[in-house]
Amino acid sequence: MSATDLVAILPMLVLTMAAVAATVLAAFRTSHAFNAALAVSAFALALFSLVPASNAAPRAVTALISVDAYSLLFTGLLLGAAIAVTLFSYGYNEGREGGLAEFYIVLLIATLGAIVLAVSAHVATFFLGLEILGVSLYVLIASDLGERANEASIKYLILAGIASSFLVFGMALVYTELGTMEFSEMARRTGESGAGPLLLAGLAMITVAAGFKLAAAPFHMWAPDVYEGAPAPVGAFLAAVSKGAVAALLLRFFLQTGSLALHPLFIVFGAVAVASMFTGNILALFQTSIKRTLAYSSIAHVGYLLIAFLAGGRAGMVAAGYYLAAYFVSIIGAFGAVTLLSGKDRELDLLDDYRGLAWQRPWLAGAFAAMLLSLAGMPLTAGFLGKFFVAAAGVREALWFFVIAFAINSAIAVYYYLRIITVLFSPSYGEAPGPLPRLPLAGTVALGALTLLLVFLGVYPGPLLALLEEAASAFL
Amino acid sequence: MPGIGVGIHLAVDGLGLALALLTAFLGMAAIAASWTGISERTGFFHLCLMSVIAGVMGAFLALDLLLFYVFWELMLVPMFLMIAVWGHGGRYRAALKFFIFTQAGSLLMLVSILGLYFVHGTETGIYTFDYMELLDTPMGRATEFWLMLGFLAAFAVKLPAVPFHTWLPEAHAEAPTGGSVILAGLLLKTGAYGMIRFLFPLFPNAAEAIAPAVYALAVIGIVYGAVLALGQTDLKRLIAYTSVSHMGFVLLGIFAWEGLALNGALVLMVCHGASTGALFIIAGAIEERAHTREMARMGGFWSSAPKMGGAALFFALASLGLPGLGNFLGEFLVLLGVFGVNPLLAASAALGLVASVIYSLWMVQKVFHGPALPGAAMPDIGGREAATLASMAALVLWLGLYPAPFLDRMGIKGHIGKTASGIETGSAKGTGANGLEAGRLAEHRPDMGDAPERQGGRKEK
Repeated sequence: MSATDLVAILPMLVLTMAAVAATVLAAFRTSHAFNAALAVSAFALALFSLVPASNAAPRAVTALISVDAYSLLFTGLLLGAAIAVTLFSYGYNEGREGGLAEFYIVLLIATLGAIVLAVSAHVATFFLGLEILGVSLYVLIASDLGERANEASIKYLILAGIASSFLVFGMALVYTELGTMEFSEMARRTGESGAGPLLLAGLAMITVAAGFKLAAAPFHMWAPDVYEGAPAPVGAFLAAVSKGAVAALLLRFFLQTGSLALHPLFIVFGAVAVASMFTGNILALFQTSIKRTLAYSSIAHVGYLLIAFLAGGRAGMVAAGYYLAAYFVSIIGAFGAVTLLSGKDRELDLLDDYRGLAWQRPWLAGAFAAMLLSLAGMPLTAGFLGKFFVAAAGVREALWFFVIAFAINSAIAVYYYLRIITVLFSPSYGEAPGPLPRLPLAGTVALGALTLLLVFLGVYPGPLLALLEEAASAFL
Repeated sequence: MPGIGVGIHLAVDGLGLALALLTAFLGMAAIAASWTGISERTGFFHLCLMSVIAGVMGAFLALDLLLFYVFWELMLVPMFLMIAVWGHGGRYRAALKFFIFTQAGSLLMLVSILGLYFVHGTETGIYTFDYMELLDTPMGRATEFWLMLGFLAAFAVKLPAVPFHTWLPEAHAEAPTGGSVILAGLLLKTGAYGMIRFLFPLFPNAAEAIAPAVYALAVIGIVYGAVLALGQTDLKRLIAYTSVSHMGFVLLGIFAWEGLALNGALVLMVCHGASTGALFIIAGAIEERAHTREMARMGGFWSSAPKMGGAALFFALASLGLPGLGNFLGEFLVLLGVFGVNPLLAASAALGLVASVIYSLWMVQKVFHGPALPGAAMPDIGGREAATLASMAALVLWLGLYPAPFLDRMGIKGHIGKTASGIETGSAKGTGANGLEAGRLAEHRPDMGDAPERQGGRKEK
């Protein structure tokens, strides 16, 4: 391993060292602010180290890791999301019991796992990243120490365990058939020998495992309970970082190995996409909890994203990337707004808690509404362009069935986003307002920045599109 | 976004100018109407109001399909908030219904826009959303038909055409006065405008092919809206259903796609905007003073508020199509034009006029005449309301008495000699005859004479 290799994987090294350092320092009874600041600066440093890493790219570091424009872009997105989540967590954790130092250490490790997924070029790294991420998430979900959080964590643990076993079995089957674990080599050999039944079975099992991590229907059962039980900032992390990393990997895996060209797999993916859209949106209609609504909405968003996968090719990759970026900003922002409003003893989670919020905290409610409108795909927000690019990719490939399903679902989804917005803007405030909790500074800054980013991505897509085009040329 | 062929391309021609002026005019009227009605959170209300107007204005001016879509969507959220925050009793339901109906239509339109973009791109190699480029896109009949349906869905919901009208009475009735004025006066017109500007020029053959079905819907809308209006006891709902009926005339005039009928539709759009807007202002004024929209609890208001009664009578007469007022001219031109295409249609549409006489006069009689109910006395309209209503009345009168300047400047000057047989020749032509199509397409385009810099060599008349 040469020095250039080390530079190429610098972001991961930074996070690893920061996690170790934080573990050591935790022995000295450090303050909460210090731990949070350490995590934020580690993420920021890793983000900056993308610059030297991009000078070393494209580079294959051993057969396991491929550092190219694609993985660097997603690493950047994941790190940005992690910074936002940390900022929200700081205000949330302040004054709560539970492990404070551990929370940030585990957050660092979880992000590391997500990045490993984004850079992986090999089935082994795929598994490794997924497990690092998964195991850290058990801890993060339970970090609240409440009963609901424990239940959520155990639920996640058991189902993630099952998904991992599917993944390993699927990998073994693929290996039996192809005799390699590198994505690029797999693509070549599939092309030569065609798809045998073992390969298809293996890929289907990998799809099941990934579908579980993505919370795509019909593997979504865990999502609402876990999102509801987990602390709000962890919910943001689950919905954005965990999902996004798996999506980034899956996109590379399937585009690079060309597996989606295999007809049976296309049908499986198509069915999962349509099922996710309808399940997520229809079940979201009946929720009264904001976090559950967001959980179901994120299931539907996976369905939309999969349409870009199905479209494939350059356009599909760019669309999926833009969609993910827009989704990151909006879902973290939405969970962030919930986080900011959550008091010490209880989270503000019921729809009724938000009645008339716009007249109490106009800016916060405005930002929350903007996030919801972006999730609904209204113009001038990032979500619209994300949806637009996905629909364009679908129409381009003449996936009419999926595009129409997409349009219908977007119309259904409007209902539950708008319902939250009507509640925010409804005139009457149920009970005596009482003194509202002071907003934590770090989280407020993060929410403001996300809102600006949301509008920026919604009206000026040029820069991100250029990055995505570059990323697409990394392996297409 | 030049990379994918999206540009900011605004232009105005006679049609756009007429509707843009109407937008500005009704915008002012709506603000005047909300002067006292909105007492809470006025700042935010006017933010919403101005955003809606900006969206409508943009939609009338945009000549880039994606830009048009953005403006089209831009009006929805603030309109939704206006209904949901400042509306009356059933406002949440009404606002949601309004939003979901229109959003579903818009999304189908977006899919169609994308479809057109790729069809045009694969045929010509130019990927663009520019309207001028997308005209004359060569495409198969089936493709054209399906793409057209997407646009039709969006416009028919907005117009609204029966059976997509159910959002309208609720939204109108529950919206605050200013919101009703904007809804009836402007938002409905965007649907009609979209049909004239986009549907026919972009998909001439498909639009002709579906015309018979739309005729049927339009006539059903005219009669059904009028009959339902007769059955209403809520003043605002009554006015809302008359909108359904009148917009049926507009739809009929547009799909006849014939010079007279089209100009009639345009005049009717402007006059309907003014007269229905005025009726909503009056209904709002009554509601503000008498705290009810139930006509059963109204009566004899003339004695205490004669000026308001006079104004209401004037606009009710306009609405029923009294000769000398703009609405009459519009409806007359539509009927005249449609008669050339299909006499039976014109005859059945005229039934709507009969019903409109009944409901309009009945409304005035019920609200303003009769014995004054106890406690029915209320203050008459003040200077602000009087000025608003008078300027709207002037517009209706002007268009009714001396429409020539308006039609010369803004009318649609197509020499479109289409008769009923035109439909048959259209369908007989098949897909391949592109040379033949091009000549006809030029006729099918509303005159863009006021945008000469964009027009270039396209003036084929």
